Amino acid sequence: MSNRATNLLVPIISVILGLLVGAVIMLVSGYDPLKGYAALWNGIFGDLYTIGETIRQITPYLLAGLAVAFAFRSGLFNIGVEGQLIVGWFAAAYVGVAVELPKIIHLPLAILAAAAAGALWGFVPGLLKAKFRVHEVIVTIMMNYVALHVTNALIRTVSDGGDRTGNIYASASLRSEFLQNLTEFSRLHFGIIIALVMVGVMWIILEKTTLGFELKAVGFNQNASQYAGMNVNKNIILAMVISGAFAGLGGAMEALGTFEYVSSKGGFTGIGFDGIAVALLGMNTPLGVIFGATLFGSLKYGALNMPNAAGIPIEIVEIVIAVIIFFVASGYIIRLLLLRASAKKKEAK
Amino acid sequence: MTKRKFGLGLSLMLAAGTMLAACGSDEDTSNGETGGGEGGEETSDFSVAMVTDVGGVDDKSFNQSAWEGLQQFGKDNGLEKGDGGYDYLQSASDADYNTNLNNLIRRDFDVVFGIGFLMEGAVAEIAEQQPEAQIAIIDAVVDAPNVASVLFKEQEGAFLAGVAAALMSETKKIGFVGGMEIPVIERFEAGFLAGVAAVDESVEVDVQYTGAFDKAELGKTTANRMYSAGADIIFHAAGGTGNGVFTEAKERKESNPEANIWVIGVDSDQYDEGQTGDANVTLTSVLKRVDTAVINISEQAMAGEFPGGETVTYGLSDDGVDLADSRGAIPEDVMAKIEEFKQQVINGDIEVPETVE
Repeated sequence: MSNRATNLLVPIISVILGLLVGAVIMLVSGYDPLKGYAALWNGIFGDLYTIGETIRQITPYLLAGLAVAFAFRSGLFNIGVEGQLIVGWFAAAYVGVAVELPKIIHLPLAILAAAAAGALWGFVPGLLKAKFRVHEVIVTIMMNYVALHVTNALIRTVSDGGDRTGNIYASASLRSEFLQNLTEFSRLHFGIIIALVMVGVMWIILEKTTLGFELKAVGFNQNASQYAGMNVNKNIILAMVISGAFAGLGGAMEALGTFEYVSSKGGFTGIGFDGIAVALLGMNTPLGVIFGATLFGSLKYGALNMPNAAGIPIEIVEIVIAVIIFFVASGYIIRLLLLRASAKKKEAK
Repeated sequence: MTKRKFGLGLSLMLAAGTMLAACGSDEDTSNGETGGGEGGEETSDFSVAMVTDVGGVDDKSFNQSAWEGLQQFGKDNGLEKGDGGYDYLQSASDADYNTNLNNLIRRDFDVVFGIGFLMEGAVAEIAEQQPEAQIAIIDAVVDAPNVASVLFKEQEGAFLAGVAAALMSETKKIGFVGGMEIPVIERFEAGFLAGVAAVDESVEVDVQYTGAFDKAELGKTTANRMYSAGADIIFHAAGGTGNGVFTEAKERKESNPEANIWVIGVDSDQYDEGQTGDANVTLTSVLKRVDTAVINISEQAMAGEFPGGETVTYGLSDDGVDLADSRGAIPEDVMAKIEEFKQQVINGDIEVPETVE
């Protein structure tokens, strides 16, 4: 079997397997899987409203996935995307409510603030890794908690003891009347364009620039890169800063598009952690991240319609969705089985 | 390669963790399906539904209380669960509120409830987009002509809990475990502190916020610290986090049945939570009758008098908040004193503060 055929077969087989096992779970629990999957489909593509909302859900996943993937390509495991996203969310919302400026300045300013906040949150673990060899996984996990509670405290301060900021000024919003009317009042916003542009930006950085080449080299082998005269420490910090900036932009999508405010949180949003899965599903490539984010976002959003239209309890729905993602993620096993099968065939010949 | 595999494993774990975190037991949700049908002969074409916040419909707290109210209302009016009757949708994250509200409005429910202050933003937005819809929100105020806002005077119920705690404490040390520092929980804290002070200024109250409503382990460690420091009664206003307070109290009671250890529950009667063997650590619970509020608003709407644009506040005087039956944990003479304070609050002789000074 050719390599290309395997590459194509693996995701298809995994999705089908996931759907089948999900169907069995629904059957065993006494629900109609056909009705369930019809509800899932309609929840994703049912009408303009759901399509708009699905794209809205995909947007932050795209950026979170990019953040994880970018760090990964440089040999760093950024688990702190969640925290970087939260500080980005806060920064964008704060700029959105604090000042009122013409849209052409205000919107970019809010977006840049988010990217800067995320970058700062990525800079700290990058610096610690580069200077003191502190493992980035530990630092980023801890930075997540710092981000959560620091933003909660800041939200209390800026809202005079309340639990959320006011809504951002329209001049900082990514939403538009046009998109809302087009999609029957969904929360679809222009953030998807920013996210897709960032996919391009990541591709260009990694494939077309010296910086990208160095980052990837450091990711492959730090010692070899150093021997080749590259500044490994600088590259580690840069990788974390850029990764953090992507994550911060993901927060801006929530602040300026989906919610238009930031509220204090009792726990993590989960977007950053899902971003890890998104990146790995997409093999850490920019295009792969689009695939991973689309799958994650669509399933997560469409799942909401399963209790609504098919009466399946949300607990069963979450198991079904988790099973589908699980099978897609275990593409490695399926690839291995396929390779074994074809190898056996060859031996038989 | 090994790093990638490690990464994949870790990410799966985290992804599964965040997904499973939202799951819960299903026991209470199935009750609704048998509730309809046999209720009454005359069926109306009135329908009502609710959206839970991230706590879910079986949170043993206000979401569950609201759903019980809705089921009761459905039963009384011969409605069935589903379209044209009564129903609920659960939210897995903050981003889901808009979608869930919209879904229910599109299914033509006459009144849609948003349960919890977390839904304030979503309700305001949907109310503007769907001016024909009738929406009610619990624990927050949304200023829109088609939204009825429901608030509770939590401080009045907590005040009575404070009185009870101060009268019952032997060590003169009491604990308060809060969830997130938000206005609703601060009303509980303010009322509780005022109640304690009204009885005995010298009683110490240790106030701790855990920052979360769903972290039972945090509740347990906080309770452990408080009991170890000599507190004998803890009042929790922390949702699922409070379950950890109960766990800690029950463990202490099990290891030493003579221990004077009590918990005051919140929102619904948490007597069952405190049962350990033959003993029970629940002193009483501060009831917040979300169910009553849901039924009242639904009845008004059915009669064509939906209080859109109004803010309805439930307090001690209209049974919106109260103390649960202590089932003998509080002796008669103390109950009589609590009753005195209760009358004073109802008469307006005592004004319970909403915020901590």
